Amino acid sequence: MEGTRTAHPMAALATLWRLALLGLVFVLGVWANASGTLSAMMLYREDISFLTLQHLELVAISGAIAIVTGIPIGILLARRSLGLFGPLLAQIINLGTTIPTLAILALAMTVLGLGAPPAIFGLAVLTLLPIVLNTVAGLRAVPPALVEAARGMGMTNRQILFQVELPNALFVIAAGIRTALAINVGTVPLAFLIGGGGLGELIFTGIDLMDTGLLLAGAIPTALLAVGVDLVVGQLQFWLVPRGVNPLR
Amino acid sequence: MIRLKNLTKIFGATTAVDNVSMEVGAGEVCVLLGPSGCGKTTTMKMVNRLIEPSGGRIFIDGKDVTEVDAVQLRRSIGYVIQQIGLFPNKTVEDNICVVPDMLGHDRKASRKRAAELLEMVNLEPAAYARRYPKELSGGQQQRIGVIRALAADPPVLLMDEPFGAIDPINREVIQDEFMKLQAALKKTVIFVSHDIDEAVKMASRIAIFKAGRLVQYDTPDNILAHPIDSFVADFVGADRTLKRLRLIAVRDAMAENPPRVTAQDAVETAIALMESHGHISVVMVGPQGRARGFVRLEALRGKKGVVGDHFEKLPSVIDIDDNLRNAVSRMFTNDQSWLACVDASGVYQGYITQRGITHLLGATYRDR
Repeated sequence: MEGTRTAHPMAALATLWRLALLGLVFVLGVWANASGTLSAMMLYREDISFLTLQHLELVAISGAIAIVTGIPIGILLARRSLGLFGPLLAQIINLGTTIPTLAILALAMTVLGLGAPPAIFGLAVLTLLPIVLNTVAGLRAVPPALVEAARGMGMTNRQILFQVELPNALFVIAAGIRTALAINVGTVPLAFLIGGGGLGELIFTGIDLMDTGLLLAGAIPTALLAVGVDLVVGQLQFWLVPRGVNPLR
Repeated sequence: MIRLKNLTKIFGATTAVDNVSMEVGAGEVCVLLGPSGCGKTTTMKMVNRLIEPSGGRIFIDGKDVTEVDAVQLRRSIGYVIQQIGLFPNKTVEDNICVVPDMLGHDRKASRKRAAELLEMVNLEPAAYARRYPKELSGGQQQRIGVIRALAADPPVLLMDEPFGAIDPINREVIQDEFMKLQAALKKTVIFVSHDIDEAVKMASRIAIFKAGRLVQYDTPDNILAHPIDSFVADFVGADRTLKRLRLIAVRDAMAENPPRVTAQDAVETAIALMESHGHISVVMVGPQGRARGFVRLEALRGKKGVVGDHFEKLPSVIDIDDNLRNAVSRMFTNDQSWLACVDASGVYQGYITQRGITHLLGATYRDR
């Protein structure tokens, strides 16, 4: 109960980070207004709202696919019964994180063609990795004594997974989802390159036309979305992970 | 109640448990004792089939445990481990009710039972039931660990060094609480320990293991008085006879119906009483029979009047339900060779002497 007040050092750092970001946004806003960029951006008001929705749609669909597939894959990889096979697969997935995002999108395009589907596929793969890795790490960190106690009291493997292992790994898994979605939002602009839509349309067109207003009309909402999504997922993590296994509460 | 028959477990090239046969009676606490790696934990874990035996059989209530589904079997046996293993994601009451919930017991009834169990280990249910394990101290967590094993009222309890990780002061308290619970619930308990003092305190019978073999299986007093070989003798310690003191209650060692005087008795009466019994002092009691003081023969000689004018205060008394270890400690503390024994309301019941205690401890050797 007092846990809320005894500030976690990471939590303090995160608060500082958020305040700094807000300050930066404010300063940028003042500058944008004074230099006339804001009025230039406002020309694209309709495009911004339409593309932001499209952007969020891409995030939501690819994120959902990644969560729904990533957690089960993580659970499978964390099974001790896999023996050496588990760590090996985890290493391969780790290697996956080193593949450049553009390469994944390009590969997806060669198979699925142009448009939203390859973009969603590429984004999902990218988002998948932190979720899988955190699920594995979270499950591995569950103390063996908990599993032994559960087994000794007569829980089935299924009950051990759902009542003991997953709840106790939930915080780490949620952290993975948070990281993954932050990466996802920031990567969605690249989807434009394979015709996937989103705010990238404004950014890349702005670069091509050397039109700062157009560029910022895409870049600033993207940045705000990234911060916003991180904030929302962070709050979800804080309130939805039960108090007993939530180090922040 | 629990019968092990030629139980054997082989891990690769090592024999962890070697042809162990023993029987634990209903309501008994059987402590499996031995150095680490002696097979005591493996033996215990074969009872609820966390480890499958390589050979031999285990019967609970005459029924072979391998004939029951392992999961069902474990739900019918309480299990407590040293690391406690409370589930951090569940509240205290949900932790206690894990097995009842799995068995589909009525939720309300099991939560009520959880509150009763909490009260039995001196944890206020209103304050603790909804807390999470991380909000409890280590000792409190282990109390929950014990009552969690009792929640579904299993007849058999397996405990794997349950109090091993608790500081010595709290360990004593929790041991006492467990003994009280056990006296009320009368479970059949298999208790793994490496601590001889704990074993002597808790056990109805002690099974001493060495390298997978059952070396000696007997009552604590017999193990301490008659260790079967030098291994057991070394394991129970050179001070093993002192450890036996704890097993004997003062009431079983004291001289009953002792002579006594009252404050109104004449000095001459007191002297005559002491001389007729061959005592050098006698306890003076009040009107209800409570021990009030004592008079020494030496001090009364040549004195006149009544005992009440000459008595001295008793340096200390001992409760008849206490054990001899505490009695001897009290004698040493006060430089006394005897102690007056009183019941819970202070009534004088008898006396014990150092001589009497040595005689009693030696009896088991003389009878052989």
